[in-house]
Amino acid sequence: MSKRKAFPLPSEIRDLPGAEGWEEMYPYFTRFGPEDDNRFWFYNAMHFPEPMPPFDVLTAEVPYTSLGAFTTRVFAFPTTLGVDHRIVNGRIYITANPVTDPAEIARRLEIFQQRAGHYYQNWTELYGQWKKRMEDLIAELEAIKVPTLPEFDDIEVVTEARGIGQNHYVREAFNRCIEGFSKMWHYHFEFLMLGYGAYLVFFDFCKKAFPEIADQTVARMVSGIDVLMFRPDEELKRLARLAVELGVDGVFADGRSPRQVLDAMAQAGNAGSRWLAELEKSRDPWFHMSTGDGFYHHHRSWNDDLSVPFSALPHYIQQLKLGHSIDRPKAALKAEQDRIIAEYRGLLGSDADRAAFDQMLGLVHLVFPFVEDHKFYCEHWYTSLFFDKIREFGALLTRNDVLGDSEDIFYLHHTEAGQALVDVMLAWAAGAPSRGGKHWKPIVKRRKQVLERLKDWTPPAALGPIPDHIGDPALQMLWGITSETLQNWSKTPDEVDENELQGFAASPGVVEGTARVLTNVNDIHMIQDGEILVCPVTAPSWGPVFGKIRAAVSDIGGTMSHAAIVAREYGMPAVVGTGQATKRIRTGQRLRVDGDRGVVTILG
Amino acid sequence: MAASSGEPVLFFSSIRMTDRPIVGGKGASLGELTQAGIPVPPGFVVTTAAFRSFIHGLDPAGAIEREVAGLDPDDLVKLSETTARIRERIEAFPLPADLHGAVTAAYRELDAGSGAAVAVRSSATMEDSAEASFAGTQETFLWVLGEQAVIHYLRACWASLYSAESVVYRRRAGLPEAGLAMGVVVQRMVDALSSGVMFTRSPTTGDRSVIAVEGSWGLGSCVVSGEVTPDKFVVNKVTGEVVQRTVSRKEIEHVADFTAGGVRVTPVPADRREVPCIDPAMLNALVALGRRIEAHYGTPQDIEWAVGRETSEIFILQSRPETVWWSREQAVSTGPAAKPFDHVFAHFGGKP
Repeated sequence: MSKRKAFPLPSEIRDLPGAEGWEEMYPYFTRFGPEDDNRFWFYNAMHFPEPMPPFDVLTAEVPYTSLGAFTTRVFAFPTTLGVDHRIVNGRIYITANPVTDPAEIARRLEIFQQRAGHYYQNWTELYGQWKKRMEDLIAELEAIKVPTLPEFDDIEVVTEARGIGQNHYVREAFNRCIEGFSKMWHYHFEFLMLGYGAYLVFFDFCKKAFPEIADQTVARMVSGIDVLMFRPDEELKRLARLAVELGVDGVFADGRSPRQVLDAMAQAGNAGSRWLAELEKSRDPWFHMSTGDGFYHHHRSWNDDLSVPFSALPHYIQQLKLGHSIDRPKAALKAEQDRIIAEYRGLLGSDADRAAFDQMLGLVHLVFPFVEDHKFYCEHWYTSLFFDKIREFGALLTRNDVLGDSEDIFYLHHTEAGQALVDVMLAWAAGAPSRGGKHWKPIVKRRKQVLERLKDWTPPAALGPIPDHIGDPALQMLWGITSETLQNWSKTPDEVDENELQGFAASPGVVEGTARVLTNVNDIHMIQDGEILVCPVTAPSWGPVFGKIRAAVSDIGGTMSHAAIVAREYGMPAVVGTGQATKRIRTGQRLRVDGDRGVVTILG
Repeated sequence: MAASSGEPVLFFSSIRMTDRPIVGGKGASLGELTQAGIPVPPGFVVTTAAFRSFIHGLDPAGAIEREVAGLDPDDLVKLSETTARIRERIEAFPLPADLHGAVTAAYRELDAGSGAAVAVRSSATMEDSAEASFAGTQETFLWVLGEQAVIHYLRACWASLYSAESVVYRRRAGLPEAGLAMGVVVQRMVDALSSGVMFTRSPTTGDRSVIAVEGSWGLGSCVVSGEVTPDKFVVNKVTGEVVQRTVSRKEIEHVADFTAGGVRVTPVPADRREVPCIDPAMLNALVALGRRIEAHYGTPQDIEWAVGRETSEIFILQSRPETVWWSREQAVSTGPAAKPFDHVFAHFGGKP
């Protein structure tokens, strides 16, 4: 492999003034070593667009533990092992470990055929079992009780002769949370890479048969119509309809906070009570929707912050009052998908190719319900509850004066949080004050400053020598990284037009309009009708505003991202994965969004 | 309805693809399109039978045929002299009265007394691939006005069979002179606002799911000849998305000389130079027509089109099978597998 140097080496990355010592926030195994200079790494901006709070590195550590378990050890993917990750200046860089020796590939293929074959052969049945297992795991998490450590332990410890003091359960409950999170990510990858494998095979076939086919067009043939990720938005529509039917839609007057809406609803008699009861039904589980992608503790769920879902309700109510339908035209969407499939099928050169196309697409349609729906179970439902549970431990630490605020637990690595909890367990037992306040509070303060400072760093898209060829299916499947992507990344600044941003063409069409840059989903209510949304991640929780905006632009995301799918449904142009739209575009600027070519132009 | 082989003149409306031996490739295609309901400007073909009767009148003993058959393709001096002399004779020789009458009557029927301009174009009987490289038989005369001019350019087309390039080609390829013939298309001209070509597959990748449309202001001759860089649009056939849209700077256009006939080259006025030569509605209509024609023939097509200046009506001037990618067509899969997921194993190097 010849090596061209176009990206800095890991060893060449310098500390930011004011952020020195950032390493102490993260485990030793995430640090770059001298040997890592010989390998090619890329910034995983898709999942980790911000500097990592120490607790949140669990959302890298655990997924890479489980991803690799299934590719390397469980299914023995022939051409790829797992993913290595490192952290520098708070950002997560990763590299995949390909298998290149033909004899080794052949040996693994034999194992893979047997094991993957079992899953593909029994997919529907196994996926049914998966849902049950996942729901049980969620129930287990919800059942975990975080001890309150009252002055005297519960009387039942005595009357039932339980024999275990409550402080024991601090450790047990915390460990069970971490273990459950780990199990959840194993379930996450149990089917996922097999699902992506089937998708990749169909995708490559389409690219070979139709060299100019857009990624988004393949996605349109593959995407499910009735997927879980649409369900939270469907629930909002249901609540909007109900509010109109019950005559309580007036409660959603402009500018009212969720609290004011709930209070007004509570005073709206029977109708208000009925609406509130239905709201509660929707909230569990459908509002366990993260405002992000499930990788940061501060991406709160709809349940945590009702202003996100409630900001969409007035728009839906207004549409209903105007007599417009807010239903997703499922039948029409399905008919259009069937038409696209039939037409491409018809354009193939032979009946043999058509038969292969049918099989490959059939397999994708078999595996895609999992690929699309697992995200709601894992990254949204489970993860939202998980972070809330961790907050309860944060509250325990705060009550015991180890931390200043329950959110501060996220500035501790989970092993450090475990230590701090032992401090509390000891203090309760000893009848003495905890010792952590003096230790942790200054550390948390310093870490907050360091993380704030690290936000100013622009991470290079990649580090280390560029390999001649990148053919790792895991990189292509998960991050869309191919040799071509790397060429684009390594372009020098003078080859790049200042007023142009290049991304993935996620949804076709060309429009011009005014930019609304939102770096925090909690500001979602600021969006005005007809604006172009510019946001960091295209998370599903943006879905409800799609009825208002004219186009969507994101820093991160691929053509299969939820926002891309929603944008295509709304027939609205979208460019995703631009890398730096929220940094280079300012609210109020005029933009042209070209969703056919994946280009955003700043017009001024 | 198949045409009878003896007719000197056949209107498009009575020609099918199977009439190719008597009307040539271009004429057969225009007849086929007309009968398929595609908007083709009306016209007729002066058939190979007409050509033979003309040559018989000029050279009843077959001396020209023998003389050309004996030419040495490497002796260019002699070949050029001989063929120039033959062309002069063809261009000067009057048409037999019945043939002259048939052509002028057809022209009058076409122009309906309005003095309409026509295009006079040769329509070779060779196979398409050969036709493409058969230099000199691609004569096209635009904006031809009046009976006399039609007769004049008809003979010019016929004469082009004896251009030095054509004869060198035939001699080198060892093609027989006996039975040599051509059809000549006489077709009403469209006073084109813009015109161009389209391929019902990608000319760069062969992708059958896209249509590439190229066009420029005025008559299509400047696009075909490469005198302008045309606007280019690539449209996805299935989704209708415009996947590429390149508006070029179009410096010149070919426009009709309405009084003297023929074509003038004029600069495009500054305010139109960088304006797309077709609007989205026209592009849509072109793509729809392209798809209809492709579906009619069952293979990707290479199509010439024009948009009328007054009416914005779209006309198809020519369609022939695309040949470059067709010859490279290959299977993209190994066909169906025993189990659908065997494709995944094959992808990783396993045996399907």
